Amino acid sequence: MLDIFMLISLIILSLASIGLLYRVVKGPGVTDRVMALDAIGINLMAITAIMCIMMNTDAFLDIILVIGILAFVGTVAFSKFLERGEVIERDRNR
Amino acid sequence: MSLLHLLVLSPFLFAILVPFLYRYVRKVHTGWFVLILPLALFIYFLQFIKLTSSGEEVVRTFEWIPSLDINFTLHVDGLGLLFALLITGIGSLVTLYSIYYLSKDKEALHNFYVYLLLFMGAMLGVVLSDNLIVLYTFWEITSLSSFLLIGYWYKREKSRYGAQKSMLITVFGGLALLGGIILLYMMTGTFSIREIIANLDLLKGEALLLPALILVLLGAFTKSAQFPFHIWLPDAMEAPTPVSAYLHSATMVKAGIYLVARLSPVFSDHAAWFILISIFGISTLFWGSFSAVKQTDLKGILAFSTVSQLGMIMSLLGVGSASLHYDYLENNIFIVAVTAAIFHLINHATFKGSLFMVAGIVDHETGTRDIRKLGGLMGIMPVTFTIALIGSFSMAGIPPFNGFLSKEMFLTGMVNVLKMDIYHLETWGILLPVIAWVASVFTFVYSMILFFRTFTGKLQLEKLEKKPHEAPVGMLISPVILASLAVIFGFFPNILSSTLIIPAMKSILPTIAQSGREFDVEIKHWHGFTPELFMTIGIIVIGTILFLTVRKWSFIYERFPQKLALNHFYDQGLVGTERGSAWIMKSFMSGHIRDYLVYIFVFLSIISLSSLFVTNAFHLDVTNVAPIGVYEIILSLLAVGGAIITVLARTRMVAIIAAGVVGYTISLFFVIFRAPDLALTQLVVETISVALFLLCFFHLPEITKKQKRLRFRLLNLLVSIGVGFVVTMFGIASHSEKLFPSISKYFVEESYEKAGGKNIVNVILVDFRGFDTLFEITVLGIAAFGIFAIVKLRLTKRSEREHEGK
Repeated sequence: MLDIFMLISLIILSLASIGLLYRVVKGPGVTDRVMALDAIGINLMAITAIMCIMMNTDAFLDIILVIGILAFVGTVAFSKFLERGEVIERDRNR
Repeated sequence: MSLLHLLVLSPFLFAILVPFLYRYVRKVHTGWFVLILPLALFIYFLQFIKLTSSGEEVVRTFEWIPSLDINFTLHVDGLGLLFALLITGIGSLVTLYSIYYLSKDKEALHNFYVYLLLFMGAMLGVVLSDNLIVLYTFWEITSLSSFLLIGYWYKREKSRYGAQKSMLITVFGGLALLGGIILLYMMTGTFSIREIIANLDLLKGEALLLPALILVLLGAFTKSAQFPFHIWLPDAMEAPTPVSAYLHSATMVKAGIYLVARLSPVFSDHAAWFILISIFGISTLFWGSFSAVKQTDLKGILAFSTVSQLGMIMSLLGVGSASLHYDYLENNIFIVAVTAAIFHLINHATFKGSLFMVAGIVDHETGTRDIRKLGGLMGIMPVTFTIALIGSFSMAGIPPFNGFLSKEMFLTGMVNVLKMDIYHLETWGILLPVIAWVASVFTFVYSMILFFRTFTGKLQLEKLEKKPHEAPVGMLISPVILASLAVIFGFFPNILSSTLIIPAMKSILPTIAQSGREFDVEIKHWHGFTPELFMTIGIIVIGTILFLTVRKWSFIYERFPQKLALNHFYDQGLVGTERGSAWIMKSFMSGHIRDYLVYIFVFLSIISLSSLFVTNAFHLDVTNVAPIGVYEIILSLLAVGGAIITVLARTRMVAIIAAGVVGYTISLFFVIFRAPDLALTQLVVETISVALFLLCFFHLPEITKKQKRLRFRLLNLLVSIGVGFVVTMFGIASHSEKLFPSISKYFVEESYEKAGGKNIVNVILVDFRGFDTLFEITVLGIAAFGIFAIVKLRLTKRSEREHEGK
């Protein structure tokens, strides 16, 4: 019963990811793509969590956290790049 | 180490002292110090005559590399002693001559005498060594020191050319000789010449005997300037005249003769030995004497004459080797050929040495060696004239000088070939005496040209650079000694027979010597009315006519096509090989990394696939294969899709993203194949590398950013399909054939018990196999430092930056 439920969730998440992927490919702006990639990352977290339940293990919980951090750092870096033109600014006072 | 060893090595030891003597005793010509050594050695070696003439030999061994059967064994017998006496005797005379020939102030004497002593020691080593490897070592030292001596005036273009040419040819032969030596060792198991001769049965019927024979002969022919390897010798005439006299007439060029004589007991059973040596010897004899006539340089004539006389000695040794086949003949007629070879060897050293010295004197006193400018020196240089008379008449084979005797014996040997009934000699054997006779006519002609053009006729003072006068006494001593030896041996040849010739013959023909036969060497001036007497008369008559009419028929030399000249072949061959190798290198070393990758991958696919199928190693086994789930299929499709997009992407950006997709899919694979640590690491690393790719992309120049998709190349497609195919095949094959059970069970059981950790991957990484981790950390450290260095260190542009900063 639980397995079927999980499978249904997985399918829904995959469809959501495919939809987001369409946005990544199509655009039209860079911001749309960045937003879609961020959401794909969060979908991946959910997929990994469901896989954990299906495999009956807690070994992949770290990965969920890492994806979360990476998605956040990536999105922030991209935003800063779009805003300022570079990711890590040079310290001009030095 | 015995006294004999020390004496053979003494020239090398003395060579160390020479630069000091040159530097600190400037007032005395360095040659005077050097002169002591060969004289002392000559006197020392004279004492051996008593031993060898009574049939004894001296063997002294000094262990060098006994585990490889390489020992410095010296063996003094008749043949070795004869050569040792030639080397030291003529060495002393040449040193004496060089003292007067080379100026104390203008020449680099320390170089000269160091090279000369190196050569002398090496030559003594060659003729006295019993071990073939030691012989080869000294053989190469003679090549090397000869190279140095030819290039003595290294600022001249022609000296360098001649030195390089002789080096290339003699070292080529030397290496062939080494190959022959190794083949002999493989057949007999020893490097010792005496032991090989004692165990000749081992060589019977060996297939390697013929290759060994040919390789040894290559070595001997190149060293002794036999046709067609004679071309280095005329170019070696750029050396100082004492060197030409010593190396290129009396000693080094006879090393090949020595080798043939020394090894003829080993090989002479083989038909090829007789045939090759006779044919090459006789063609060298003819070609040398034919070419000598057209030379205009005194040393050029002498060089070709040396070539020709060496061919004569060689052919005599060839014919002499037939004597082993006729053991049953009561009066072995072929032994006379060996006698003639040895006798002519001595004679040639005497008259050719003196003639070279004469050429040097003429050069020294008139400033030219060109016979077109010379003439009428008879009245001005009477002593030189007399020496030249003896030398060239002896060379031409005119009585009463020693050359006449050896030429008579030579003709006897060649006529005897007609009586041979092996190797089908009945049919073409007639060629040997005919060619020998024609060559002797040419020998007569160039000897006469050499003598009469230089010393008779009109004196052309205006063409000479110096005012000619007689040479100083010191310069004349050596040629006078040699010329008087030529006369003494001419009148009393039998003083040589029992002392030198018979012991040497015993070394060349040991089987005949052991059978108890005594060699009956009686050299006579008068043989009676034999064919060879008429041949000699014919030579003198025809030769005189040809000499008098030389201007009328010398046009045939111009008719001779230049393209067929051997020097042309050599030069073109050298240029051709250089060009050819440059062309080959250029044809595949394109400088493009993509070409090299194609070579690497094609090689990989071909070698791997062919080895897979040749050894029949491919094998498919599905018993241990796990079932395929739906997730694997979906993820595989995702990875394949990412890979295809990467390859077909129109922009680089898409390619980078698609590669990232593949990387993230791999991390998902790690998740479903239950490898959490790998998944974690893969995720982080993939993110960082995608970021790095984007960084690179961002900094690309504007022009290349807009590049279209990859260009299609069929070759690349084929190569990549091939590599993928190979890897897949190997994966399937290696999975299907697991020879041993996995060792992972040990880690599962023991990681908590022994290492105290529950995460098996991490326990393996830091505990069971921590060394790998250590060095992977090192790799990362090096990479970090490398990146830092690449970014920060800009050595080439520092000057520019400093310039801009100011």
